[in-house]
Amino acid sequence: MSTNRGTPLVEMRDISISFGGIKAVDHVTVDLYPGEVVGLLGHNGAGKSTLIKCLSGAYQADSGEIRINGQKVDIKDPRDARAQNIETIYQTLALADNLDAASNLFLGRELVNAFGFVDESKMEAETRKIMARLNPNFKKFAVPVSALSGGQRQSVAIARAVYFNAKILIMDEPTAALGPHETQMVAELIQELKAQGLGIFLIEHDIHNVMKLCDRAVVMKNGQRVGTVNVNDVTDDDILGMIIMGKKPAQAA
Amino acid sequence: MTNSSDTTATSTAPPKTGGPFARFMRATEIDPRLVGMVGALLLIWVGFHIYSALFMGGGTFLTPRNLWNLSVQTASIGIMAMGMVLIIITRNIDLSVGSLVGLTGMVMGILQVEILPNYLGLGHPLIWVITTIVGIAVGALIGAFHGWLSAYREIPSFIVTLGGLMIWRSAAFLAANGKTISPVDETFALLGGGPYGAIGQIGSWIVGVIACVGVVFMILQGRKNRQKHGFVLRPMWAETFMCLLGCGVVIGSVLVVNGYPWPVGILNQYYAKLGEPVPEGIFVSHGFAYPVLILAAVGVAMTILMTRTRFGRYVFAIGGNPEAAALAGINTRSMTVSIFTLMGALSGLAGVVASARLNSATNALGVGDELFVIAAAVIGGTSLAGGVGTIYGAILGALVMKSLQTGMVLIGFDTAVQNMVVGAVLVLAVWLDNTYRKRIK
Repeated sequence: MSTNRGTPLVEMRDISISFGGIKAVDHVTVDLYPGEVVGLLGHNGAGKSTLIKCLSGAYQADSGEIRINGQKVDIKDPRDARAQNIETIYQTLALADNLDAASNLFLGRELVNAFGFVDESKMEAETRKIMARLNPNFKKFAVPVSALSGGQRQSVAIARAVYFNAKILIMDEPTAALGPHETQMVAELIQELKAQGLGIFLIEHDIHNVMKLCDRAVVMKNGQRVGTVNVNDVTDDDILGMIIMGKKPAQAA
Repeated sequence: MTNSSDTTATSTAPPKTGGPFARFMRATEIDPRLVGMVGALLLIWVGFHIYSALFMGGGTFLTPRNLWNLSVQTASIGIMAMGMVLIIITRNIDLSVGSLVGLTGMVMGILQVEILPNYLGLGHPLIWVITTIVGIAVGALIGAFHGWLSAYREIPSFIVTLGGLMIWRSAAFLAANGKTISPVDETFALLGGGPYGAIGQIGSWIVGVIACVGVVFMILQGRKNRQKHGFVLRPMWAETFMCLLGCGVVIGSVLVVNGYPWPVGILNQYYAKLGEPVPEGIFVSHGFAYPVLILAAVGVAMTILMTRTRFGRYVFAIGGNPEAAALAGINTRSMTVSIFTLMGALSGLAGVVASARLNSATNALGVGDELFVIAAAVIGGTSLAGGVGTIYGAILGALVMKSLQTGMVLIGFDTAVQNMVVGAVLVLAVWLDNTYRKRIK
């Protein structure tokens, strides 16, 4: 079905996870190739975020396996995921509001000097560099991120994922809180990262963004995978049909 | 890899707006809330001094003697308030610290009076060392247990430590059947201050010089670091001002503690022991008391911990957004255990200071301290909503609480009135802080 060849960057095989008897993710299999953007679609509560949290280490799957570059890996917590070069931009952004941009960017991976003390100046200098690339208008380095606008906060969260040379990027509705200009910036960034050979899982509600940014789309409903389609082979109405009806369109089957 | 030209372009110079005071504050980068706290403290000090001058026939508050006593009295609350900052930043509370002072004080009392002399002999130089280590360790163990119950058994820390408040106080009672254990080991007693429990004039100057060198070194280091990464530097006059201010405070405190001489009774006692007559017109300075030096050392260590280490970062991150901290790979549960362990150890240390100062372990040691400690942390700007707080704020908060208390004792208010005033000040301080925070947003 896919035009990609070789070993997928990520394979999540037969993943299941349930909370209190409710199957949030029910035997779902997805894969992702280098330089590819795979959209994850579905209603709220379809299980997209839960599935992806198994990859980012926030949850552990009850059953199923995850392979990175064909190797089976065990992701028990976010540190394991980061060790596999998996970076996540959460829908909630997962920023500590009381800390400044540099502290958030390096949270859990602080730069330290020879004595083991946190090197604040170096972290700020690095933050200035990456922000100059991602969002040149960003100037508020000395204030807590609670004082930033939605778009600025988003760029801090994105910078955190990009800075550490991710190979696999998970973006959970990265443009939900953004204005048109900032949405355009995120779209350009996705194209750029894709060109660098990253694999990107993109959870997205806006069907136009999906058609524009994604190579393939995985549609989920009630914790199950409805189907996977090549975006070029289908129309947006086909995908909407899958999301709403939970059925695969005839021409893509 | 970083040259100064590539980042200077993106750095923002501070805007040249606002009145002279606003510009001054921006240039020196002094926390405005620090100014507020110090201002309140000075107001309290001057207020009590004027009151006693007008109505008591002579100002008694701003005297070396009173300020020296104030510094010693602040030590035990101040040491615990620093630990409480971490607890409150991470959205927890510890109500058991007063009872831990009581229990560790009692354990140490029994150990050094009833057990160790049997093996080492009375007055053995190791007694105070072993006692102190055991006291701090007992506090740390109990703290770790509280933290474990709260983090891994998910019992709210309020409940865990409310239980601890009752349990450990009663354990202290049972340990000695309600007796008071006294006197403690002679060397141990020095840790509580008193004329002999201080480092004297020359020692205080040495400490003062070291502290001044430290202040200047920190400021120079900060400037070098900013230069290295091409950030905007503070104007030279502001750096000089900060150096002078820091050293001024240090030298001022040295002068104060050296300005308080030994009273005649102590002089007689001291020279009688030496078998010499008391020299005519002799002036023997107290100098910094040991508990104050302990407070200062813990303060420096805790400030480094909170501002320069990953541990400190994680404490703030957990307070700001526990979920984000966990997603960043921080083990929030083991952090909680560590934080409560630290609080327990500091309570043990406060137990050392408090029981040494009293020269005995009593059942009432540390009763009600938890409220003073929490109040000190909160007055010092620690937010109960989590994520915000400073070590220096906690020390200043403790100083404010103790200044109010000793001031009112000095001018003859009784306990009931004292407590009413302290309670009112606590509420007022938090209200002012809230108002200030809303205004800057």
